[in-house]
Amino acid sequence: MMEGSVNASEPRVSLETRGLGIRFGGHVAVNAVSCAFRPGELTCIVGPNGAGKTTYFNLISGQLRPSEGSILLQGRDITAMPTSARALAGLGRAFQLTNLFPQLSVLENIRLVVQARRGFGFSLLSLWTSHRDAIAEAETCLERVSLQHRRDATAASLPHGDQRKLEVALLIALNPDVFLFDEPTAGMSIDEVPVILDLIREIKTDSSKTVLLVEHKMDVVRSLADRIIVLHNGTLLADGDPATVMESPIVHEAYLGMSAKEAAAIEQVAHD
Amino acid sequence: MTTHAPAPSFIRRLLSGDLPRSRILTVILIAIVVGLVVAPFLVPGARSLNTSAKILIFIALVASYDLLLGYTGIVSFAHTMFFGIGAYGIAIASTRMEPGWTALAVGTSCAILLSVILATVIGLFSLRVRAVFFAMITLAVATAFSTLMSQLSEWTGGEDGITFKMPTIFQPAYRLFEEPVLGIVINGRILSYYAILIAVVVLFLLMLRIANSPFGRVLQAIRENPFRTEAIGYRTVFYRTIASVISAVFATLAGVLMAIWLRYNGPDTTLSLEIMVDILLITVIGGMGTLYGAIVGSVVFMIAQTYLQDVMVLVSKASEHIPLVATLAHPDRWLLWLGLLFVLSIYYFPQGVVGSLRDRARGT
Ligand SMILES: Nc1ncnc2c1ncn2[C@@H]1O[C@H](COP(=O)(O)OP(=O)(O)OP(=O)(O)O)[C@@H](O)[C@H]1O
Ligand SMILES: [Mg+2]
Repeated sequence: MMEGSVNASEPRVSLETRGLGIRFGGHVAVNAVSCAFRPGELTCIVGPNGAGKTTYFNLISGQLRPSEGSILLQGRDITAMPTSARALAGLGRAFQLTNLFPQLSVLENIRLVVQARRGFGFSLLSLWTSHRDAIAEAETCLERVSLQHRRDATAASLPHGDQRKLEVALLIALNPDVFLFDEPTAGMSIDEVPVILDLIREIKTDSSKTVLLVEHKMDVVRSLADRIIVLHNGTLLADGDPATVMESPIVHEAYLGMSAKEAAAIEQVAHD
Repeated sequence: MTTHAPAPSFIRRLLSGDLPRSRILTVILIAIVVGLVVAPFLVPGARSLNTSAKILIFIALVASYDLLLGYTGIVSFAHTMFFGIGAYGIAIASTRMEPGWTALAVGTSCAILLSVILATVIGLFSLRVRAVFFAMITLAVATAFSTLMSQLSEWTGGEDGITFKMPTIFQPAYRLFEEPVLGIVINGRILSYYAILIAVVVLFLLMLRIANSPFGRVLQAIRENPFRTEAIGYRTVFYRTIASVISAVFATLAGVLMAIWLRYNGPDTTLSLEIMVDILLITVIGGMGTLYGAIVGSVVFMIAQTYLQDVMVLVSKASEHIPLVATLAHPDRWLLWLGLLFVLSIYYFPQGVVGSLRDRARGT
C-alpha cells in the first residue's frame, strides 16, 4: 500500500483527515482515511461507484458527522465545527448533484455566496441592492463561467450544463482555500466540459489553493491531477503521483476490474 | 408585456425597491389604500368602520406571517399566540394599571419581551428538527398557552375576556372638533382608526424593508434550499430563529392594535385556532412571499366574511320556494360557501392573487 507522507508538523498542509471514518449501520462507507493535502496541489480522488468519495467529502465539509477520526483545516481541528462555519473558514464544496436555489435568479444565487463571505447577512434594514460591490463581484463570477446572458433567469430554468457551471460559480464566489469538486463535469455535453476544466486549471495556478477533485473521466484526471488517491470500499487504497498510481496493478484490479495491460489497450482504442 | 411608467424615486425608496410589478395590482393596491384612508367618510357607520379596522390589523398580522411562511418556508401554528400576547399585554396592563399611555407602553413592552423570549426558545430548540415536527411543536405550545390564558381568569377574564379603557383621545365619547367634518363627527373611534392606519402603514413598510434586506434574501435562500444555504456559510438555525422572532414581534404589535381597537380581549378574538386558519388562508390566497398578498388577501377575506352572510340572507329569501337552493343558501351555510370559494381560488390561483397578477404582467 502506498501512503502519502502524513506529517502534522509540516506547515504547508492545508487540509488533513486523520483516521476519518463513518459507518451507516453495519456498513463502513469511509474507513479510517488518513490523508494530507497541500496548497498548490490538485488531488484527484478516484474509485468505483459507491467507493465513498462523496461521503468522504460530506465528512470534510460537515454534512455528515464522522464516527471516528478528525479533520484539520490549516492545522485547526474542525471536526465539531458546523458546515456554515467551515465554509467561511475556507472550505468550499461543489456538489455532485446540482444543488442550487431554483427559484432565485442566476445572479442572486452567486450574490448570496458573496454576501455570506462578506458577512453582511444579518443586515436587516439596509437594502440588498445598496451593497453594490457585492453585486459587481457576483457579476464578475458570472462572467467567469460565461453565464452573463442568463443573469436574470431563474436557476431552475437553466439547461443542465449551465446549472453545472452555476454550481462551480458558487464555489468560485466563495473563494475558499480548499476546493472540493465532486464530479463537476458529470452529465455535461462534450463542448461544455472545457469551460469547467479551464476554471479548475485557473484555480490550480494559484499556489495558495488546494483542490480536491472527484472525477471518473480518466482523460480529465490525467490532464489535471498532480496526485491521485484511490478509494475502494471506503478504504484509501493508493496515493501517489499520477503515473505511479495509474500503473499500479492493485488499482487496476480494484478500480477497473482488469489488468493494466487490458486497460491500456482499451484506452488506446478510445483515443483513436 | 405591460410597460410601466417608472415610479417616483421616493415611492421606490418607501417600498424598498419592491414595487407591485403588475399594473393591475398597482391599481388594486392604490384603490385599497385610498379606500382604507377615506373609509370613515365614504361608508360611515360602526360596522363598516369595524370591518376596515380589522382589515388593517389583519394586513399587519398576515404580512408578519408571510415573512415566516412565504419568505422563510417555516410553517408555524403559534402565530395567534403572539397576536394574543400583544392583546393580553394591553388588556392586562390597562386593567391592572391606570388606563392611559403609560399602560399602553408598559403592556406593549412586556408583551414584546415575552414574545421575543418565547419565539427564541421555540426557535432554538425546535427549528433544527424537521418542518413537520416544528409545526406540531408550535401547535402544542399555542394550545397550552391558550389553555393557560383561560385558566388565569383573575388576570385575563378567562373565557369571557376583559374589557378595559383606552387613553382619553381613543375613547368613543372624545370629540376632536366641536363641528362635524364632512358630515362626520371626529370622535375617539375615528381617531383610533387613523392611529391604527398609521401604525399599520409603518409596520408594513418596515416588513417590506426587512424582506428586501440582505437578511431577507437569506430567508428566501433558506426557503429555496436550506442545505445549500448552510453550505455557503449561513448558520440557518440562527437565521430561522431570528425570522421567527421578528415575525412574532410584528404579530404582537398587531395584537396591541387589536386591543386598542376593540377595548376588549378574550380567547376568541386573538387566540383561537380559527384565526390561525384565517391567517394561513389569507396568506395563501393573497400570494405567499409577496407581502402585498397580505393587503389583497385581507381585504377579500374580511369583506367576504362580513358581507357573505348578508348576501345569503337575500338569496335565501328570494329562493324561498325552491327547496334545495333555499337550504344551501341559508345564512348558516356561509362557512361552506366561503370554504368552497377558497378551494376554487387556491385551485385556480395557486400562486395567490399577487403571484398570478405578476405572472400575467410578465406574460407567462
Ligand atoms: N446517508 C447515507 N446512509 C446510508 N448509506 C449511505 C449514505 N450515504 C452514502 N451511503 C453509502 O455509502 C457508500 C458510499 O457512497 P458514496 O456516495 O460516498 O459513493 P461515491 O464514491 O461517491 O460513488 P459515486 O461514484 O457513485 O458518486 C454507498 O454504499 C452508499 O450507499
Ligand atoms: Mg459520489
